[in-house]
Amino acid sequence: MNPFTFTQSKDLDGVLAALSGSQARPIAGGTNLLDLMKEGVMAPPQLVDINGLDLDQVEQGADGGLLLGALARNADTAYTPLVRERFPLLSSAILAGASPQLRNMASNGGNLMQRTRCVYFYDIGTACNKREPGTGCPAKDGVNRQHAILGTSDACIATHPSDMCVALRALDATVHVQSSSGKRAIPFADFHRLPEDKPEIDNTLQPGELITHITVPEADRFREHSAYIKVRDRLSYAFALVSVAAALDLDADGTIRAARIALGGVAHKPWRVEAAEQQLVDQQAGEAAFAQVADAILQGARGYGHNDFKLTLARNAIVQALSTAARGTDFASGQKGDQQ
Amino acid sequence: MELHQQYPVRLRINGQDREFNVESWVTLLDLLRERAGMTGTKKGCDQGQCGACTVLVDGKRINSCLTLAVMQEGKEITTVEGLANGEELHPLQQAFIECDAFQCGYCTPGQLCSAVGLINEGQATSRDDVRELMSGNICRCGAYPQIADAVVQIMDMRNNDSADKPAFTTGAVLA
Repeated sequence: MNPFTFTQSKDLDGVLAALSGSQARPIAGGTNLLDLMKEGVMAPPQLVDINGLDLDQVEQGADGGLLLGALARNADTAYTPLVRERFPLLSSAILAGASPQLRNMASNGGNLMQRTRCVYFYDIGTACNKREPGTGCPAKDGVNRQHAILGTSDACIATHPSDMCVALRALDATVHVQSSSGKRAIPFADFHRLPEDKPEIDNTLQPGELITHITVPEADRFREHSAYIKVRDRLSYAFALVSVAAALDLDADGTIRAARIALGGVAHKPWRVEAAEQQLVDQQAGEAAFAQVADAILQGARGYGHNDFKLTLARNAIVQALSTAARGTDFASGQKGDQQ
Repeated sequence: MELHQQYPVRLRINGQDREFNVESWVTLLDLLRERAGMTGTKKGCDQGQCGACTVLVDGKRINSCLTLAVMQEGKEITTVEGLANGEELHPLQQAFIECDAFQCGYCTPGQLCSAVGLINEGQATSRDDVRELMSGNICRCGAYPQIADAVVQIMDMRNNDSADKPAFTTGAVLA
């Protein structure tokens, strides 16, 4: 790890002052940042430990939705009865990610800020436009089994690795950030970005800004019919090849009133196509309708060789997630979200 | 120079108050092994991928390789050395012996601390849950069925809820 100075603060204004106008980075759980520092991928000259801030809430918001403090741990968030019972999609997505130890450490804000696990990004002996802009993207013609099939650019085909963020995208969350010059609320759709010609920029958080909390609007109409499906190379503790957060609002005869579908493991950000979801409205829940919407969501998808299988896998995973959601939420499935 | 500044850290390790002066970049794992002289906690991958370095911080299991010692000021750390009561093994340690839950033993300190954390969390209600919630600890000797046996045996002793242990399965795999 590179040498760096270390400060701690229990005062939000103090943290924001330290983060403004310097290369200081906040550290919360540290599970991704310290790993990247050990690998030499990141080398911040100063770390500000923000764990003393009063930002660990997991509670009901004023509008009946959910308020998640940026410093609440992933495990505590997923196991809170309010989240488990009212937002089972979010709970099971969180519990599908990482390991119990890492979920005990990782903060909600840090989950949003985690960086791609592209092997070229992690290997400082190779070129990478995300790590060193302008050096090239060896993944396009290289080992790209894990890589994106949607929203890619010539510069980058990396994926965003989070499970939690896929559910937050499906549930229309908002990211609340603060800097020494004020507060801002960012719709989840606009938080992460596509690589375009600037893959070194993962998201729209500006220098000096800190995520303070995340809000999720009330989602009770999806409570009974939601599912998070994660397909990976081993049963547990692996990043998604493809994951799908699916939520349906069904009336008594199985007609779809509303649908939410977001994908992980396929793009530089959680992937959602609202126009495709609209196709499902007033249709009968069933495989025919689900297959149609899968094709609409995956329009424009392309493989890069090793990841060609994701085109079929993503289609099937969407159908399976929607079929599972239609059968009814498995409220106990969080701990073993990929077992059928 | 400023970058090599030493930072004071006070920790309570296995019931003993200890004080250290460490550089900012020293992980909790390296402090335990190199500064505290407690080599029970193992360094496997040093990247949070294997779980060999698992310890308990205020009763919660974490990967000690992915946190800085200076971030743990004032915390209570429990390592594998702190599980036994004198010469009397922790019930999980005894269960690991009875169930033949290790071969080379390198992952065992992490497995034991992880299992203590799992029981503290109170989320596992079945053998499948135990398998899923022990997935952060890799065992390259492949003692997974016996490790699950040992943890399930202890949970049954504590909860006394079920005597029938389902046979080992690999679980359902999608795709």
